[in-house]
Amino acid sequence: MTLPTAEPRARIRPVAHSSIGWAVRDTLAMARRNLTGMVRVPTVLVFSLVQPVIFVFMFRYVFGGAIKIPGRDYVDFLMPGIFVQTVTFGAINTAIGLAEDKGKGLLERLRSLPMSRGAAMGGRVLADTVRNIVIITVMLLVGFLVGFDTGTNVAMVLLGMAVLVFFGTALAWLFVIVGLTVANGEAAQAAAFPLLAPLTFASSLFVDPSSMPDWLGWWAERQPVSITAEAVRACMLGGPTAGPVTSALLWAGGLSLVLAPIAIRRARRL
Amino acid sequence: MSLGHQGAAIRVAGIVKHFGDVRALDGVSFEVATGTVLGLLGPNGAGKTTAVRVLNTVLLPDAGRAEIAGFDVVDSPLEVRRRIGLAGQYAAVDEHLTGRENLRLIGRLSHLSRHDAAARADELLADFALTDAADRMAKTYSGGMRRRLDLAAALVAHPPVVLLDEPTTGLDPASRLDLWTVIEQLVADGTTVLLTTQYLEEADRLADRIVVIDHGHVVAEGTPNELKRRIGETTIHLTFADAAVAERAVTVLDDLSVTRPVADPLSINVPLLGGPARVRDVLNRLGDAGVEARNIDLHAPTLDDVFLALTRSGS
Repeated sequence: MTLPTAEPRARIRPVAHSSIGWAVRDTLAMARRNLTGMVRVPTVLVFSLVQPVIFVFMFRYVFGGAIKIPGRDYVDFLMPGIFVQTVTFGAINTAIGLAEDKGKGLLERLRSLPMSRGAAMGGRVLADTVRNIVIITVMLLVGFLVGFDTGTNVAMVLLGMAVLVFFGTALAWLFVIVGLTVANGEAAQAAAFPLLAPLTFASSLFVDPSSMPDWLGWWAERQPVSITAEAVRACMLGGPTAGPVTSALLWAGGLSLVLAPIAIRRARRL
Repeated sequence: MSLGHQGAAIRVAGIVKHFGDVRALDGVSFEVATGTVLGLLGPNGAGKTTAVRVLNTVLLPDAGRAEIAGFDVVDSPLEVRRRIGLAGQYAAVDEHLTGRENLRLIGRLSHLSRHDAAARADELLADFALTDAADRMAKTYSGGMRRRLDLAAALVAHPPVVLLDEPTTGLDPASRLDLWTVIEQLVADGTTVLLTTQYLEEADRLADRIVVIDHGHVVAEGTPNELKRRIGETTIHLTFADAAVAERAVTVLDDLSVTRPVADPLSINVPLLGGPARVRDVLNRLGDAGVEARNIDLHAPTLDDVFLALTRSGS
């Protein structure tokens, strides 16, 4: 092992780009790095699909017969809820991945590089957004296999997927904050469940909130997970879409606008 | 505004950093001349890593100033980051990327062109004997290979200042020697190195100057030789059957600066001055006086002794 010292090498110099140009390049480089990890260790992706598939079978075939949704087949009501649940629980991986990067000292190294502020976190969220697109597509196919019948056209289904992806991005920012706060991957997992359970189960994902006690139904109808599910249902099943989709996008956009700066600030100095 | 004399690549002046009630750094100051190696020594929790984290712009100091190549770590963090390479005890490489991909990623994030990042990665892989493993995922690397990759990653952008936080902790002796060679060649190239370590031997071999910190304070500073002289010298450690015999031995060897450890009444220590002949001298004199030693060994100062000696003299 030698480090030749005799001939000085041509000094390589940083390339000049605008700061926005570098922010985009750095974010893409980080996203690519995260996606490479996802592809090389596909078990994480597979496991984030196992749970929603189990839920599909449980609710479609075990509980579904006992749940009546007026005017709809239960499977059509269920699948958009499953999509939202998949995206929501999938966001835990954002926190786990970041907590692991932090534990290994990788974040420390990234922070000592002259890379753009926010690119490390932005790249993580971008990669997780790509992962969400893949997962939602797979779950849509699973839905078709168990008899999910969209009452609208391809464009509306794609709009529904877009709503899901935006919501997933907002949650990814939330879980960046969780990942930066907790000590390790296990702690991230432990912290995520109590955060997510009231959002996913006290919601309109699996049942009609009007069947719940009044106080719980009130919450279940108004919280962002339900609002997102209603927007996805409107897109994929038919009915008025403008109102629900606007509400869902406002929630997702609002959450991202608030959470992203907090996440990036946290990431710069720990 | 400059903190000290010209030619210092790293200047630290009165840095204070608290974590809650703990004063991790309590007014630490030192300078590292360009092209030299400073060994920052201290036990666990002494504040070594905190000092490195202030210098690499990750931690904001509560008070005091720190500069790298004339740039303040608080006011110009980006300029500082352009001039430092960081390698640490955690070997911060991405396990799922290959060695080559790891180095290219760091190159891109250091804002090298795609071509330069690729060329530099190849260069470093060759320099660090990683070419054969270049396209394997880093998780298949041995501990020594990971450290080499980590160190290579620190050097991607040719930083004039390199911060090495316990670069050889946990490595086997052969890997440690490999890494020392690399660091020596780095310094021969004109790089300034701040090295934290728990190993006196490592600092002795690599460092031009040593700063010892403990509980957030600088407790000693100097060249390795100066420091070793302060710590003391190898001692002859003799053990006897009972305290009375030990007492007689002290009398016999009265003129040789004999000391008796407080905690061990059966033992005496004699400084090994004047070389191996002193051992013969001591044994002859004890033998002539009829004082029989149960056991004898030679005790060279360890880093433990350094800290014990320094903290004792400090308090």
